[in-house]
Amino acid sequence: MGLPLMMERSSNNNVVELSRVAVSDTHGEDSPYFAGWKAYDENPYDESHNPSGVIQMGLAENQVSFDLLESYLEKKNPEGSMWGSKGAPGFRENALFQDYHGLKSFRQAMASFMQQIRGGKASFDPDRIVLTAGATAANELLTFILADPNDALLVPTPYYPGFDRDLRWRTGVRIVPIHCDSSNHFQITPEALEQAYQTARDENIRVRGVLITNPSNPLGATVQKKVLEDLLDFCVRKNIHLISDEIYSGSVFHASEFTSVAEIVENIDDVSVKERVHIVYSLSKDLGLPGFRVGTIYSYNDNVVRTARRMSSFTLVSSQTQHMLASMLSDEEFTEKYIRINRERLRRRYETIVEGLKKAGIECLKGNAGLFCWMNLGFLLDKETKEGELELWDVILKELKLNISPGSSCHCSEYGWFRVCFANMSEKTLDIALKRIHEFMDRRSGF
Amino acid sequence: MSLDKNLLSKLAVGDKHGEDSPYFDGWKAYDNNPFHPEHNPQGVIQMGLAENQLCSDLIKDWIKANPHASICTAEGIDGFSDIAVFQDYHGLKQFRQAIAAFMERARGGRVRFEEERVVMSGGATGANETLMFCLADRGDAFLVPTPYYAAFDRDLSWRTGVRIIPVECNSSNNFQVTKQALESAYLNAQETGIKIKGLILANPSNPLGTSLGRETLQTLMDFINDKQIHLVCDEIYAATVFAEPGFISVAEMIQEMDHVNRDLIHIVYSLSKDMGLPGFRVGVVYSYNDAVVTCARRMSSFGLVSSQTQSFLAAMLSDQSFVDNFLKEVSKRVAKRHLIFTEGLKEMGVSCLRSNAGLFVLMDLRQMLRDQTFESEMALWRIIIDKVKINISPGSSFHCSEPGWFRVCFANMDEDTLQTALQRMKSFVLRHRENKKKRKSFQENLKLSFSSKMYDEHVRSPRLLSPHSPLVRT
Repeated sequence: MGLPLMMERSSNNNVVELSRVAVSDTHGEDSPYFAGWKAYDENPYDESHNPSGVIQMGLAENQVSFDLLESYLEKKNPEGSMWGSKGAPGFRENALFQDYHGLKSFRQAMASFMQQIRGGKASFDPDRIVLTAGATAANELLTFILADPNDALLVPTPYYPGFDRDLRWRTGVRIVPIHCDSSNHFQITPEALEQAYQTARDENIRVRGVLITNPSNPLGATVQKKVLEDLLDFCVRKNIHLISDEIYSGSVFHASEFTSVAEIVENIDDVSVKERVHIVYSLSKDLGLPGFRVGTIYSYNDNVVRTARRMSSFTLVSSQTQHMLASMLSDEEFTEKYIRINRERLRRRYETIVEGLKKAGIECLKGNAGLFCWMNLGFLLDKETKEGELELWDVILKELKLNISPGSSCHCSEYGWFRVCFANMSEKTLDIALKRIHEFMDRRSGF
Repeated sequence: MSLDKNLLSKLAVGDKHGEDSPYFDGWKAYDNNPFHPEHNPQGVIQMGLAENQLCSDLIKDWIKANPHASICTAEGIDGFSDIAVFQDYHGLKQFRQAIAAFMERARGGRVRFEEERVVMSGGATGANETLMFCLADRGDAFLVPTPYYAAFDRDLSWRTGVRIIPVECNSSNNFQVTKQALESAYLNAQETGIKIKGLILANPSNPLGTSLGRETLQTLMDFINDKQIHLVCDEIYAATVFAEPGFISVAEMIQEMDHVNRDLIHIVYSLSKDMGLPGFRVGVVYSYNDAVVTCARRMSSFGLVSSQTQSFLAAMLSDQSFVDNFLKEVSKRVAKRHLIFTEGLKEMGVSCLRSNAGLFVLMDLRQMLRDQTFESEMALWRIIIDKVKINISPGSSFHCSEPGWFRVCFANMDEDTLQTALQRMKSFVLRHRENKKKRKSFQENLKLSFSSKMYDEHVRSPRLLSPHSPLVRT
């Protein structure tokens, strides 16, 4: 019979307290969103070495256009030209550059790139661009600036699972969901907005803003212009902010189908309206460069720009990366070509997967953007509950060896929806994934 | 009509960003009129910025010889796509290994660092903030010995809501932190109901430029272990140590002091000072506490190091012969600058706190103060900025408890500029001494007592104290 536990503790084993933030689970990693990743990590698909491994379809990465970037960099070699024989002073200046304003040339390049993506329908002032290490940091930073602990941001469901951590973890701010459903393709309605606002008020929670993702993750669809206008009206009436995370703006299949909140603001003179609008952008999706940690906050509010800039000290973009990308993004000929070809390739991928799923008897939400489709497997559920959905997800992971993201991890109010990524693999791998789904559906219908 | 400020958070409208501190006034003066040897030889010389520009040539040479280290060159482009998508918050394994190895060599190989404990952050700025988020709740406090790095006020407190409780140190013992001072600060905090979660300090110290001796380190570790509170050691200037007692890291002390609870020990590091790469934002949280490693790693999502930079540094820092030579040179070149500057000051009768590290010295101008107050310190500082045209940092911006100390950086310029700065200091110091003598003899002869307002004017423009000055007649 052993000694009671407490007597076994040596003097070195005093349990030391960490902060509440540290011990909370708001980091979100216990979500099923990540459980599938673990399964993938343990048994990753490889065309030659592990053809029966797990195919990762839960990661919204864009790998379809790397060749364009690589050939540009190899030819122009912006880094080498900076650090080559004649660029010697360039290196030191760059290595020392930690000004939180960011490299002017890079900001200008970002502004021009963002403008190009919007077909010139909105203009961006480089001095309003604040750089952060990824959109992850940008969203957290804006939350720190626009809301106090225990305040809330309204976020339409379904939404990117990372928001639970990014908006809430260290800020202490809450998310109150704006419920959307398939009856109108998950678009935000004025009623849903009011209801969410009221829910917060009923619990004595102060709402500070609405945060949308446009185009939406996980829906893979752009937000309609009318909805944006209604949103802005709502924010003005309630005297709150509007944050638009436009990280997928360059991944809209047909440029004409995307309306950025910037376009709406462009035609507004009233400063008190403009100043509540803030845009988040990043190069992680459109350019497929998540490793480089390039995020930005674009705000029409001077105070927010100034404060965000100061706060970006905690999360600046590497000057080495700023320099390399500045030359690439300010090459308008290159960016125009890139944007066009990238859109085209994503569209074709999307069509491939949606048609492939249709042949297997599976419908998707009509999408027009992003790196994923929003698949409806509601008809396969044993029970229309979260558990039912997770059971089906588990089957897909274990039997089909496909990691996809269950709608419940995106806080979807309807069960049976799944986000399936298609841009982070070769065409061949996508075919294999579709084949597995086909076979599964065949088995299910008893063929 | 713009939105009223109530629409932003309290955090946003407060002034805890710290930029209203005089620390930044001098920078503004410099920004408006920056010195340049040819284009603006009368401009303000920046000696308020602790940057290391002494060894960039070594890095440049390495880069030219190793084109494969860049993902943008023909030699390195094959690695581009893998690196570009890599956003795993564990960081590139080769990067972690290279950082651990670099940290070991900067400590003379006397300690081992495990690469699994190397966690990235947005510079040391991000690392310090992250540790506060992990170790303390809003309203809790950390003890910080004074004088301390001005930006700690922002980094430790702004978004975290953690309070700083200063532990006062003074020149009577060269600003070393004592057990008494620690106990006293801890007790006072307790009595006012403030919960102390730990002690944080930079070793080597900014602005002192001194590294901690073994005894002081033992005192610190016994103190935190006794109270079971955390110890965060910011070792950002580790490689700049150039003289006795050499650099003793808390990592070494842990090996010697078995009884200290390792879960309490955390190191902050960065390449911004030792390597002079502040632009690359390479911060490190190294904790001996597994839960802190896990938490800090999750939080690193908010401040990861660019994979391009990780990849480049992984290559450079795993080149052992480069690293060993680099570390040798840093120490040597810092020592040389330190000597030139302190000797130059000595010649004009200005002394500095004896130091063995850092990119700056703490200059003692107490004799030049009208009286031992911070108002006089600020007045003197304004003259040095406006008339002598050198931006230096007043001790008050580091929360120094004694007026008259100024931090002066010497590694962010070439030797000629350093000499120019010394020249300007010399003229100023000699003039000041002259005027002081004249003022003294005036006072003795005329037995006049100046109102403090008039006195201030004299301090601002020493020229007015010539016998022909109209002011003297009144």
